[in-house]
Amino acid sequence: MVLEVTPRIHWQAAAPSTQAASIRLLGEWTAARLAEPRAWAAVLRDLKAAQTANLAGQGAASAATATATDWDLRDLLRLDHVGAQLLWNAWGQQWPAALQTLPAQRATLERVARYTVAAPPPERKTLTAYVWALGDRVLRVRTHLHDMLLLMGQLLLDVVQLLRQPARAPWRDFSGHLYQIGATALPITALVGFLIGVVLAYLMSQQLKLFGADVFIVDILGISLIRELGPVLAAILIAGRSGSSITAQIGVMRVTEEIDALRVLGIAQGFRLVMPRVLAMALAMPLLSVWTTLAALTGGMLAADLVMGVPPSFFVHSLPDAVSVSNLSLAVAKSAVFGVLIALIGCHYGLRIKPNTESLGQGTTASVVTSITGVFLVDALFAVVFKDVGI
Amino acid sequence: MSHAAPMVEIEKLASVYASAQGAFVVHHDLDLRIEAGELLAIVGGSGSGKTVLMRQMLGLEQPHAGRVTVLGRPAAQLSDVGAASRVGMLFQHGALFSAFSVLDNIAFPLRELKTLPAALVRDVALVKLQLVGLEPSQAHKMPADLSGGMVKRVALARALVMDPPLLMLDEPTAGLDPDSADGFCDLLRTLHRELGLTVVMVTHDLDTLFELSTRVAVLAEKRILVSGPPREVMHFPHPFIRDFFLGPRGQRAQVQLQTQLQTPLPKV
Repeated sequence: MVLEVTPRIHWQAAAPSTQAASIRLLGEWTAARLAEPRAWAAVLRDLKAAQTANLAGQGAASAATATATDWDLRDLLRLDHVGAQLLWNAWGQQWPAALQTLPAQRATLERVARYTVAAPPPERKTLTAYVWALGDRVLRVRTHLHDMLLLMGQLLLDVVQLLRQPARAPWRDFSGHLYQIGATALPITALVGFLIGVVLAYLMSQQLKLFGADVFIVDILGISLIRELGPVLAAILIAGRSGSSITAQIGVMRVTEEIDALRVLGIAQGFRLVMPRVLAMALAMPLLSVWTTLAALTGGMLAADLVMGVPPSFFVHSLPDAVSVSNLSLAVAKSAVFGVLIALIGCHYGLRIKPNTESLGQGTTASVVTSITGVFLVDALFAVVFKDVGI
Repeated sequence: MSHAAPMVEIEKLASVYASAQGAFVVHHDLDLRIEAGELLAIVGGSGSGKTVLMRQMLGLEQPHAGRVTVLGRPAAQLSDVGAASRVGMLFQHGALFSAFSVLDNIAFPLRELKTLPAALVRDVALVKLQLVGLEPSQAHKMPADLSGGMVKRVALARALVMDPPLLMLDEPTAGLDPDSADGFCDLLRTLHRELGLTVVMVTHDLDTLFELSTRVAVLAEKRILVSGPPREVMHFPHPFIRDFFLGPRGQRAQVQLQTQLQTPLPKV
């Protein structure tokens, strides 16, 4: 459907009397109108036809009379810079021999003519650039380790200062973070823990029934949940939930120059930003780990009752014999280390964020991925070092 | 579009915000008419609702009562597809997309149309880049590497990329050094004249106001107190206007203007 405003070209072939083909442009030659796919296809086709006709005309001109195309823009409803650029490019970036315009159209075309330049070349990557980029990456790993080490050292100094002058520590921040990281995570960790307990009990029951070793469900669930799954599950959830939020918080503070403001006001960012988060995480993480383990054991206990007929009273009664207390202390210690690790990695990536949206996204992703990987690494380390404890 | 129709027409506008202390009324029975080709400055004290008024015109806020009509359509429909060809907005801090280069920022509204070929879009963006006084060599820089003045210029180029007839500016010279501010004012005046734009700006800067605006609208007491040419408005008897125009800063700006224009200042 052709509307009044649809950009289009009215083509009039060279008549013997006028000796020149004339092209009248109609409609609104604006970005919004031209971008309608059907209008665009028609305009492009007609412009191509005009170009070839023009070239043919010029070829003939040398032999016979001059038959340059006459461009008439006066009937246009509107011509914006996109339309003008389209024409200018169609003219091969030079003025056509015959052109009739209104003054405003002429001004727009002149602006386009004046400012049309070849695109500046994008920074092309040479082989050396790739070598430099590789070196840059290696060095970046080094700076990560270096910064991380600095952060840990600073944390140590800050904790010493805290022990010397406990009254000056940012306790309100600490309690706020404790609530955010710990208390608000209780429902989700309980739900996930409970479900894992149920799943584990169901899977185990299939195998144990084969051997008639039903009572060992307590040992299996007890050891695996208390020693491994409880702490690791809680740590992964918290790394995703609070590790990312720490990075985003500190990152936005970096973007809005709040970190610089702290420094200028003479307030130590380690003492004020990093330490409260790390301490809150170090305290919340073991508690959450115990909480998650309890939820998982509850789930396992219920499932064991339903599937295998192992009554909860028996489960609770035989749990202390199956799992020694050292497993629990190991789990708690491990969780505290996880907490410190997650908070430190979160702060580390947060402090490295550059003032743009992309960096914020990348930093948050890197923080979560690194802290989850870190959790598994530390867990493996604990498993190797304490292989004789509690089993 | 006939020339008699106003660019913006605001009738009996009321803006109300719910706050902890109850409803907070920003505008009450506010009327404003902006004709095509005007360069209107909206002034008012801090918290008088200048930015809210501009956001109302952009359709970013909902009127509590009354009507806001922009280019013959309700302002709420303004952010529909193709908004960039109707209204251009220069945000106070530029609001450039930090993940895109300068050229990509300017070309973004055109690229989103998905029809125009990349080469044409690039050419148009480069023309607009130079129209606002930047060099083509700066096309591949990232927003984080630009100075404040350059950010504003790029943001202006992006606002103008689809040649909207109406341009809105929020504090166009805030955060610029005097030299850049003067340069930016010159640029705005040139664009206003050459492109035949209607410009609405919110400003605190008296130099900008006297230099650029053809009309000043004073926002106070929740409505447009008075509007007219700057020289008439500043003699309106109202405490805010007296403090704003005839305070020490206002005097200085006028003295400068007077020496520039070599015309007699009305008796104060």
